[in-house]
Amino acid sequence: MNWVMSGVASATSFNALSGLLLIPAGAAVLLALLPGYRSTARLNVAAAALTLLCAFSLFFRRPEPGVYLLVDDLNGTFVVLTTFVGFTTSVFSLSYIGHELETGRLTPPFVRFYHAMYQVLMFAMNLALIANNIGLMWVAIELATLTTVMMVGIYRTHEALEAAWKYFILGSIGIALALFGTILIYMAARPVVSEGLDAMAWTMLVSRAGGFDAALLDLAFVFLLLGYGTKVGLAPLHAWLPDAHAEGPTPISAVLSGLLLNVALYALLRFKMVLAANSAALAPGPLMVTLGLLSLVFAAFMLYRRRDIKRMFAYSSIEHMGIITFAFGMGGPLANFAGLLHMTMHSLTKSAIFFAVGHVAQVKGTQRIADMGGLTETHPVLGWGLILGVVAIAGLPPLGIFMSEFLVVSSTFARAPLLALVLVFGILVGFAALLLRLNSIAFGAPRGPNGRTNASYVPMFAHLALVLLAGIYLPPALVAWFENVAKLLG
Amino acid sequence: MSSINFDIAHLLAGSLVLVSFLELYQDRLYALLNVYAVHALALAASVGWQAFAQDAPHLYVTAGIALVFKAVVIPVALHRMIVRLGIHREIEKVVGVGPVMLAGIGLVALSMVVILRVTQEADPLAREDLAFALSVILLGLLMMVTRRNAVSQVVGFMSLENGLVLAATGAKGMPLVVEISVAFSVLIAFIVIGIFLFRIRERFDTVDVQALDRFRGEHS
Repeated sequence: MNWVMSGVASATSFNALSGLLLIPAGAAVLLALLPGYRSTARLNVAAAALTLLCAFSLFFRRPEPGVYLLVDDLNGTFVVLTTFVGFTTSVFSLSYIGHELETGRLTPPFVRFYHAMYQVLMFAMNLALIANNIGLMWVAIELATLTTVMMVGIYRTHEALEAAWKYFILGSIGIALALFGTILIYMAARPVVSEGLDAMAWTMLVSRAGGFDAALLDLAFVFLLLGYGTKVGLAPLHAWLPDAHAEGPTPISAVLSGLLLNVALYALLRFKMVLAANSAALAPGPLMVTLGLLSLVFAAFMLYRRRDIKRMFAYSSIEHMGIITFAFGMGGPLANFAGLLHMTMHSLTKSAIFFAVGHVAQVKGTQRIADMGGLTETHPVLGWGLILGVVAIAGLPPLGIFMSEFLVVSSTFARAPLLALVLVFGILVGFAALLLRLNSIAFGAPRGPNGRTNASYVPMFAHLALVLLAGIYLPPALVAWFENVAKLLG
Repeated sequence: MSSINFDIAHLLAGSLVLVSFLELYQDRLYALLNVYAVHALALAASVGWQAFAQDAPHLYVTAGIALVFKAVVIPVALHRMIVRLGIHREIEKVVGVGPVMLAGIGLVALSMVVILRVTQEADPLAREDLAFALSVILLGLLMMVTRRNAVSQVVGFMSLENGLVLAATGAKGMPLVVEISVAFSVLIAFIVIGIFLFRIRERFDTVDVQALDRFRGEHS
């Protein structure tokens, strides 16, 4: 009887894992074939919801690592976050795309294309997260890049095309460098593990890394950091990010900021674990700390001169990815915990902000900050939602980002006070810039056109409620979970 | 590994670097495409030789893809696209030929120094291959940086990908998954680029990337 039970258990867990891949893939095919906006947009939501359910079921039954796929505490966190934001964004996209169709910015064939691509992107991100093979993960990240390139260019305006081209070229170079790093990792692993698939599996890489050739690992990590760092949007490599965020459809900006940057960061974290398991290899921490701080300070200053609202929040994403990379670079249980929490909070808050900004840009008919004003008077719900989001992202208490930033700063002060000073400086500069802009957008006399939109506020406020909740009370189960992951990260 | 195997592999991979240099100083698009076809041929030969030397038949597939797809289909398609779109056939360079060649030599020296020093314990064939591959990758990057024309940037990117394939095949026993997907992603990348080129033409009557640069996202 027992073996029957365990057989059933393994079958269901297998289904949950393959569901993460098969549901989006199947939905993408269906959405590409089916005409009609209303039904396909709902199908998009339904597929995202099913994927989310699969992700939740991983909490209860977790499959053993296979040759190609793997779920552990670390990527479980990422998968749940990705599928959750993927689901809420699909709900937001329902009303957003409806409006774009009405105003004629998108035509029905493009909407069909958009929905199919949305599911392909979900598939690619899930695959990148649960792949147990560094080559497979690379392919998935490349696929995610290509999908987002197409979606960024979907409006086909001059600006959108330039943004997509820039993203494509820079993203491809990044991905190419990452592949070279991946090959180097394989070459380092081959003599120790064995030829073939095993030498590319995360499970093998981390457990056997002690015997790898340290010099090869060092070189590989430099390429991986530059390559995947481009996709994370770290400072000297960030040039594609603001354009891609500003010119694509807003649901894509939300997914880019909230999820795709995390996926690239996840890749870096895994490779960091491999290097950490080899005592002779260079310490990846200082490199990440430097890039993180550079991104933070650079983006904080860039926030001041933005005239386009989506570009402004894109720079804010660079800033926060800088903080997160910094926290993981510092390492240790506390900083890793803070990094994880900050990443989760940033994903939730930033996508909520983009939900608000998407509707704001629709009612105003523009993304220029100068043409927006007095939102709280003309569109109270939208205006206050945006205010709440910006207050959260700026790091004011009692919201979740305050908590996580506080943890990052305090854990740094204990170990490297000088670095903490730079960190606090960057955070404060960014904070002031955001509040300055918020003032002119949300308050004062109403400016600019006042269109209508049948906005869906549920996703935005659901995210903000979670962020608020996390700021006030973190459930012990979540704390235990994150502590566990933080220990795993070393 | 007999030394003749090693010498031939060395020769073929080295010729790939040489052809990369040829690409660097072309100032006509058609000529550039022809040189790129030669680049892909050199890659196909090199990968084919690796397949033989490592006794890894699946690498012949990769060699075949390089031969058919990269050496024939892509250059022909790009050639036709240039005719159809009436693209300027001269390549505008950001930097003159002399400095670019010097920079190229510097990059090759750099990759030799880095790779040969790092991989002292690795198998000598893989080691040399990796050094050449990194040179090809860096030269491809250099080409993308020093050209303004979208088509020649794409060619630069494709020769960069050739370097990656060379590196992947040099790593003994690397699973097939990766090789096929590398080839496959080149294909997808190419389609994307093709669409972009068409769209760019549709909107701006030029594929000179400089003309796209008017936009900085910060219209006052």
